[in-house]
Amino acid sequence: MFPYLRLGPFILPMASLVLLAGLWLGLPLIEREAARLKINASMLSNIIFYSLLAGLVGARLGYALEFPNVYLAKPLSLLALTPTTLSPSMGFSVSLITFVIFIQRKGLPLRPTLDALAPGLALFMVFVGFAHILSGDAFGAPTNVPWAIRLWNEYRHPSQFYETFLALTILLVIRERFPKPEGAGLNFLLTIALSSASRVFLESFRGDDIFWPGGFREAQVIALVIMAISFYWIRKWMNTYSTGNIKSHERGGIHVKR
Amino acid sequence: MTESNLPFRKRRWEILMLVSLAAGILWTLVSRVPSAVDAPLSTSPSPREGFLAPDFTLDTLDGTKVTLSKLRGKIVLINLWATWCPPCRAEMPALENAYKQYKDSGVVVLGLNVTNQDSEKDIPPFVDEFGLTFPILLDRDGSVSALYQLKGLPTTYFVNREGIIRTVVVGGPMNETFIRSKIEALLQEIP
Repeated sequence: MFPYLRLGPFILPMASLVLLAGLWLGLPLIEREAARLKINASMLSNIIFYSLLAGLVGARLGYALEFPNVYLAKPLSLLALTPTTLSPSMGFSVSLITFVIFIQRKGLPLRPTLDALAPGLALFMVFVGFAHILSGDAFGAPTNVPWAIRLWNEYRHPSQFYETFLALTILLVIRERFPKPEGAGLNFLLTIALSSASRVFLESFRGDDIFWPGGFREAQVIALVIMAISFYWIRKWMNTYSTGNIKSHERGGIHVKR
Repeated sequence: MTESNLPFRKRRWEILMLVSLAAGILWTLVSRVPSAVDAPLSTSPSPREGFLAPDFTLDTLDGTKVTLSKLRGKIVLINLWATWCPPCRAEMPALENAYKQYKDSGVVVLGLNVTNQDSEKDIPPFVDEFGLTFPILLDRDGSVSALYQLKGLPTTYFVNREGIIRTVVVGGPMNETFIRSKIEALLQEIP
């Protein structure tokens, strides 16, 4: 665990490289799924690239906005290659907004486009698990179960392995022909719902939680809300599919019924 | 499957989702830890974010001793470095500037030389070259480097007033803006 790769004067955390590998391997999956759903795969690929780029810029600007005096004194520091000076929430928001704007402007059908993202997203979550194994982040709560691992001076739940195993299971469900709700956009929603459900379950074994009043785990509650929202939209989109009340531009080239 | 099966399948999925959501709510309630509110992540020291910084006592270059735990209440930057390490050299001016700027706000910079991998006689000229005014600590037997599981030089730990590590930076060089932003974040923490 925790390896770093030394390249001359640079020390690169392997976990970051694993995340990059997740992106690199996830994109072809998205393109293949896009082609299957008769969506312009290269256009979608470009949109993802620009969204990630915008997210990176947004993350850095979001961080700089937290410390305006510091960055106004040396604005060129905005370009520094320091991954710990990023605001993940701002990066995610900017990336999402950019993605939505682009697919609207390019006229891509929303639901099939989201479906095209599903396998790539599910694969990326597996790599997030691998990255956590390498970095020791997302570590487990202290325990005395026989399969506990010695980490950060205590025997802990191997939560990173649990996470990776569940992410692999979700990838299998999303990729293979398991029974799934039918209709455009539902594969994507199912990926989100399953990932949220796994977080709700796994969070109880984590040792790095932020607690809310009443002893509720922050990530668990947020994941539960996301799961509920996903279920609401699955139900709503299943309704439109079963009643045929779906706009042609939302349906895409074909039904996603496997 | 035929279209006539759709309402049945829809109903089946609705039930499954409802049961999953109920199970999620129940699990969230059952796995609450009321005693954990406002408790530190871990009381056991470990050299990573969210944990208490492992304690040490080391000689300084001017012959005094510094104990980390005695600096509780102050923001501490522990910078592990060596004279032969180029990124360590590159970030020294930024560390010195940050120290000068924030020392009156209760910020301490500890320049922890990995002396067992360095030459002790090379340290005073290095300190003079960069005009360093913060304490230089000598880890002669490498015990503190081992305690902090040193992976590469330089490595810097940003420790808050409660002695908890907030940021670990392996490698460098850090620029002044980065150091200042991390210190500002620690200053903004409510004690």
